[in-house]
Amino acid sequence: MRQYNKLIFECSSAGRKAYSLPPADVPSSELPLSLIRSEHAELPEVSEVDVIRHYTNLSQKNYAVDLGIYPLGSCTMKYNPKINEEAARLPGFSEIHPCQPAETVQGALQLMAELEEMLCEITGMSAFTMQPSAGAQGETLGLMIIKAYHRQRGEEKRRKIIIPDSAHGTNPATAGMLGMEVVEVKSDSDGGVDLDDLRKVLSDEIAGLMLTNPSTLGLFETNIVEIADMVHEAGGLLYYDGANANAIMGITRPGDMGFDVLHLNLHKTFSTPHGGGGPGAGPVGVAPHLVDFLPVPVIIKKQGNYELDYDRPLSVGKVKSFYGNFGVLVRAYTYIKTMGAQGLKRVSEMAVLNANYMKEELKEFYELPFSQTCMHEFVLSHLKNNPYGITTKQIAKRLLDFGMHPPTIYFPLIVEEALMIEPTETESLESINEYISALITIAQEAITNPEIIKTAPHTTPVKLLDEVQAARNPIVKWQKEEKKG
Amino acid sequence: MFPYLPATPEDEKIILERLGLNATEEIFRDIPESVRLKRDLKLDDPKSELEMGLILKSLSRKNWNADSVPMFLGAGVYDHYIPSTVRFAISRSEFYTAYTPYQPEISQGTLQVIFEYQTMICNLTEMDVSNASLYDGASAATEAAFMAAESTRRRQILVSETVHPDTRRVLSTYMGHRGLELITIPMKDGVTDSERMRDAISDKTAAVLIQTPNFLGYLEEITEVEKQIHKNKGLLILSVDPISLGLFKSPGEWGADIAIGDGQSLGNSMSFGGPGLGFMACTKALMRKMPGRIVGQTRDIDGNRGFVSTLQAREQHIRREKATSNICSNQALNALAATVYLTTMGKHGLQEAARHCYDKAHYAASLITESGKYQLAYKKPFFKEFPIISTVTVHKIQSGLLQKGMIGGYSLNQDYPALQNGILYCVTEKRTKQEIDCLVQALEEIE
Amino acid sequence: MRIPDGLYFSREHEWVKVEGGLARVGITDYAQDELGDVVYVELPEPESAFQAGDTFGVVESVKAASDLYAPVSGKVVDVNGEVADDPGQINEDAYGSWLIVLEMSDSSELDELLSPADYEKWCAEEG
Repeated sequence: MRQYNKLIFECSSAGRKAYSLPPADVPSSELPLSLIRSEHAELPEVSEVDVIRHYTNLSQKNYAVDLGIYPLGSCTMKYNPKINEEAARLPGFSEIHPCQPAETVQGALQLMAELEEMLCEITGMSAFTMQPSAGAQGETLGLMIIKAYHRQRGEEKRRKIIIPDSAHGTNPATAGMLGMEVVEVKSDSDGGVDLDDLRKVLSDEIAGLMLTNPSTLGLFETNIVEIADMVHEAGGLLYYDGANANAIMGITRPGDMGFDVLHLNLHKTFSTPHGGGGPGAGPVGVAPHLVDFLPVPVIIKKQGNYELDYDRPLSVGKVKSFYGNFGVLVRAYTYIKTMGAQGLKRVSEMAVLNANYMKEELKEFYELPFSQTCMHEFVLSHLKNNPYGITTKQIAKRLLDFGMHPPTIYFPLIVEEALMIEPTETESLESINEYISALITIAQEAITNPEIIKTAPHTTPVKLLDEVQAARNPIVKWQKEEKKG
Repeated sequence: MFPYLPATPEDEKIILERLGLNATEEIFRDIPESVRLKRDLKLDDPKSELEMGLILKSLSRKNWNADSVPMFLGAGVYDHYIPSTVRFAISRSEFYTAYTPYQPEISQGTLQVIFEYQTMICNLTEMDVSNASLYDGASAATEAAFMAAESTRRRQILVSETVHPDTRRVLSTYMGHRGLELITIPMKDGVTDSERMRDAISDKTAAVLIQTPNFLGYLEEITEVEKQIHKNKGLLILSVDPISLGLFKSPGEWGADIAIGDGQSLGNSMSFGGPGLGFMACTKALMRKMPGRIVGQTRDIDGNRGFVSTLQAREQHIRREKATSNICSNQALNALAATVYLTTMGKHGLQEAARHCYDKAHYAASLITESGKYQLAYKKPFFKEFPIISTVTVHKIQSGLLQKGMIGGYSLNQDYPALQNGILYCVTEKRTKQEIDCLVQALEEIE
Repeated sequence: MRIPDGLYFSREHEWVKVEGGLARVGITDYAQDELGDVVYVELPEPESAFQAGDTFGVVESVKAASDLYAPVSGKVVDVNGEVADDPGQINEDAYGSWLIVLEMSDSSELDELLSPADYEKWCAEEG
């Protein structure tokens, strides 16, 4: 196939157009001249053919779940069912305005209310809000709720939040954004929270603990009950980062583990597509004692009709316009209904089985820092036999030559040269075996042909890109080249 | 068997054997007995595609939608024309089933789209640098306020009462957590009270936030405020309707330091308020303070042009608690829609669409106010929305219009109670003359 | 790893060269090596004042960012704009690429800093 390497601006030709609007059917009105833009916005002038060819060509430079396995650890890149897409595009969902009178959007409100109910059941929480646009916004809201809870109890001094050293970077970033002080707690030799270290940092200034369970190492926190008791005894609350919920559906519930507040990533566990980096949705669930702090509005049912309730005096306020990423909610709703209790449990079982199978097959070739049974993902480190010093980044780039997406690399930070692999339940055994054999081939190449790894990738639309130059001399928009001479 | 779960009983057996297990549930042995769920989840039985289709259709049919009834609602979410090219592009699964572009060599599609998006946002706003998009207009405002506070090392944000009430609500939710002070300056005659705003600006002010066209639809005159805030070394944040930029002065022309806004209008369906996108662009001087992802151009080892995420040191995965923001995802697919929209409409189409909105809104406003039963709240230049006051109650008007099978405007009772029975109408290029005439007639018939 | 004589070192990997009442400050060879290719340096305005231990700027590579801490208290009297424009200089010659010059307010704070030998030990412990 030919190499396509144009920007849309470079396809532009004065006089072409790709749109058609109807002729004006009302008289034209005078414009306020002092407020008029002096020059046209510099946008492309192309035909519809150009638009479609350009973006189709660009799409072909992407790897995607619909092309093959995408085992990015902690990202849960499962298959995105097509009925979900059809659902979200029904005009009765996509062409509705958030400010329509409630009686004209009963279907939308019912969908949200039912989704809330189902998420409560899956997680063991009492209530949910659908407002947050993504996991990070869910975390933000979760911590706001924790702060509001302590404030209401006259304990504003509780400003410290405990975060394990294995946590995702958003946890501390969120706490910092909300003016809370981060206290790091170490992992023990099994990768869990070090209880002695936790005991040391607990005090009456602790607002709570943020925990991912299964952890970012893919391990279930076996001391979860003790941890919850310790934090609660010290007057703190437990926040559950639901990034890794794909392992636990129908098996165990954060609410039963003692968590007070959590967020879920619908774009991970509940199959909504990642869209190349968004949109997602990060609904937040709370235990009974935190329900009053949820953001406004809350959906309530009165005399058989759904309504939006803004009269919530203890609410933390609003974190997003309107009610959340509704289009994403429609997809997640469809997914949960399609799978049912039986299907969701099966999802978690197969996600965990697949991960353990891969771990067993690969541990002969790659260091496995934590060898216990993993949940939906596991973390590898260095190549076991690595005479030429092949790095994790090089392994990742070499995988591209096999037409496969590499795992998450260099995360979690507490494992050197980490490769974090999450196959998900939607990969077949054949697909998993192919991935395993690619990783084993690379392990062998590391001994027999290290150059081919060090110079990878070889088959991608572009080769290794210079990130240093990009950051030193940022070019962040296209500019017309000045004609010389 | 489930359609998305390929494992056969035979596959499962192979895996269990490899793991030395007798039964699947043994794999969960690390989960303490006391927290295990010992019953099935209480959810409905799994639904087939046909059954699910029926459920979805029945739910969606309970909603009135802009495809089947005329809609005059705006207030931040708009029923604009979406060219067919947009739906085509966002339905390509190479785009929508990809993750964040962590591996640039196999993500050039997404990365180049973002680079083009950034360029278009810069050109539209006439600013130097744009990020890859944010959640929505309200979160863009919040991030802009944080950014202004950090770069000026000041704590006070002044916001005009004419800024979208939801944006102000979200701002006030966030500001307190960071020790920032949010002061609302009351409006005068439907626009920012420049005099009061000027007086409020001091050497403590990090930024002024003004929206134009403002929430009530009126175009703001910003010259005086711009002079005063810059004299005091604070920043000017302008929130704009991107469609209006086809016609009206850009944030760059007004002298803004940070331009923000909600980008839903750019090719994204209303979808009950989300997902859409927020956009943000700023001056070169503020580039490294800007939150969110930014894509830059570079070369590969063969010298070919390529694109990478850049300036990443600002982001949460590196800076952790010192990051400029905790944001990880952008709204990449919505930004793709915006990019394809702006490409399709192009230099002239955006202006034409904006002109249609302007003319139709003015046509509607003049007819609605013709008999004297309804009046424009203020006679000021407006774009595609305008507030109408009258002695007829909002409730009567809204239910009267529903009875006629149309969805009226946005009630201003809650947010702007001073406007008697105020309703904010929005007329986009999608509304036909016939629909507008029907609205006018229906309003006249309401007692 | 180079650790030249005649300089003072902070535990945060800054070096200090004393020139009368002035302290010329940069980051050490060890620090640049840990960071990798430096892509950006944010430096303070001249005339700004810092206490020992305050953050006075940031140095960024593609994959990392690190705050810069004032090794001694004082007022900034000079800033190296050349390095800010071409931060790769730090990778080429960390000790030749000074970042700021401080007019020290209390030169006894130098006693708190490390000698080359002690700094070498400090790095060995960290590594």
